[in-house]
Amino acid sequence: MRVQLSINGETHEADVEPRLLLVHLIRDVLRLTGTHIGCDTTHCGACTVLLEGRAVKSCTMFAVQANGKSLMTVEGLEQNGKLHPLQEGFMDQHGLQCGYCTPGMLMTSYAFLDRHPAPTEDEIRVAISGNLCRCTGYVNIVKAVQHAAAALHEGAAR
Amino acid sequence: MIPAAFEYHAPDSLDDATALLARLGDEAKILSGGQSLIPLMKLRLSSPAHVIDINGIPGLSYIREVDGVLAIGALTRESELEESEIVRQRYPLLHDTCKVIADPLVRNLATIGGNLAHADPANDHPATMLALGVELVARGPSGQRRIPITSFFTGPFETTLGLGELLVEIRVPAPAPGSGGAYLKFERKVGDFATAAVATQLTLRGDGTCEQAGIALTNVGLTPIKAVSAENVLRGNRLDDPTIARAAESAAEAAEPIADLRGSVAYKRDLVRVLTARALRKAIARAQGRR
Repeated sequence: MRVQLSINGETHEADVEPRLLLVHLIRDVLRLTGTHIGCDTTHCGACTVLLEGRAVKSCTMFAVQANGKSLMTVEGLEQNGKLHPLQEGFMDQHGLQCGYCTPGMLMTSYAFLDRHPAPTEDEIRVAISGNLCRCTGYVNIVKAVQHAAAALHEGAAR
Repeated sequence: MIPAAFEYHAPDSLDDATALLARLGDEAKILSGGQSLIPLMKLRLSSPAHVIDINGIPGLSYIREVDGVLAIGALTRESELEESEIVRQRYPLLHDTCKVIADPLVRNLATIGGNLAHADPANDHPATMLALGVELVARGPSGQRRIPITSFFTGPFETTLGLGELLVEIRVPAPAPGSGGAYLKFERKVGDFATAAVATQLTLRGDGTCEQAGIALTNVGLTPIKAVSAENVLRGNRLDDPTIARAAESAAEAAEPIADLRGSVAYKRDLVRVLTARALRKAIARAQGRR
């Protein structure tokens, strides 16, 4: 089946089998390997991408379902050589250890901050509860998201 | 993990979808949110020859209160229910429920219709809908029919939906004044199925006695269980501590859990007792206007 979709503002086309998972289209066909495959069983969220602005697990969607849709992956965060405040936050606050969960954490947090620009710590913890960090680095991940929320707030105020 | 090959159909109308379903019968599965179906297909526990994706059918996603009924389109996402102001304010039992299903990412795709039609006894909406006493609307090749929720679940992963029939709407009776509800779920971690969960919905009279009571249980039987005897303990009575304790014990007796990694039979039964009492207290507080 022919599918056409937009990823990070760029249009892609591919000929896919209906059973091809979205994450495999993104990684193996389109070679955008920033999106990770973790558990492959809808638990860990390493494969999180944005579908029409909503964070979803791309291992639990068929590529054909994304036909005509607009997606964003972790590669879309950096703009004109400048890291997104979330990426800065993860660096500054040591929000990653092995880094495997990071693309998913970033994408979930991105969609979350978009809707909740001034979150409490509890709200952040609930928001990332579908993303597992097996280094258990949640304390610094929460700090990184708070860092980004503050930076985005400052940016918006300026 | 790669699912078995299948033929993909994306009908753009209900008529096309029901015609396809009727033609393909057991060979076809409906793809709604896909958050149960796709994991099952990846594990090859389900290998349908045809997948009918209903996400492109317009008009199946809505939440609106009309003429004393909250009508919810079957394709409404759990996250949409969670964010709905009317659900949050007027249907606390439903709001409680959609917040604890799987995790926030899964809820962005998972649908209320899928949660019910999949009929997994571990799913959360079935008990909630039994406690609320909802009516379901099914659409088939020969038209539409309404199904009371009490006759919908016939076994694990089995419903009364017939050949070619599709669940299209959930109709929740609007709460009478003095109503309140609560859903309490005990899970080992976010995203897990319930070890046990209890849905309660109450309507209190001005004198504090119970006019209407709905109690139903998640994941402690082959189907969701409506704890009718526990409801009868409450109806007509003042909801004091001894009455709540008797209803909770009655709900525990109605549970038919099996022992598994989540706990023993005795443990789960007692969990139902404790959760029922707590959920009833929460429902009473809400019915009295105390959140």
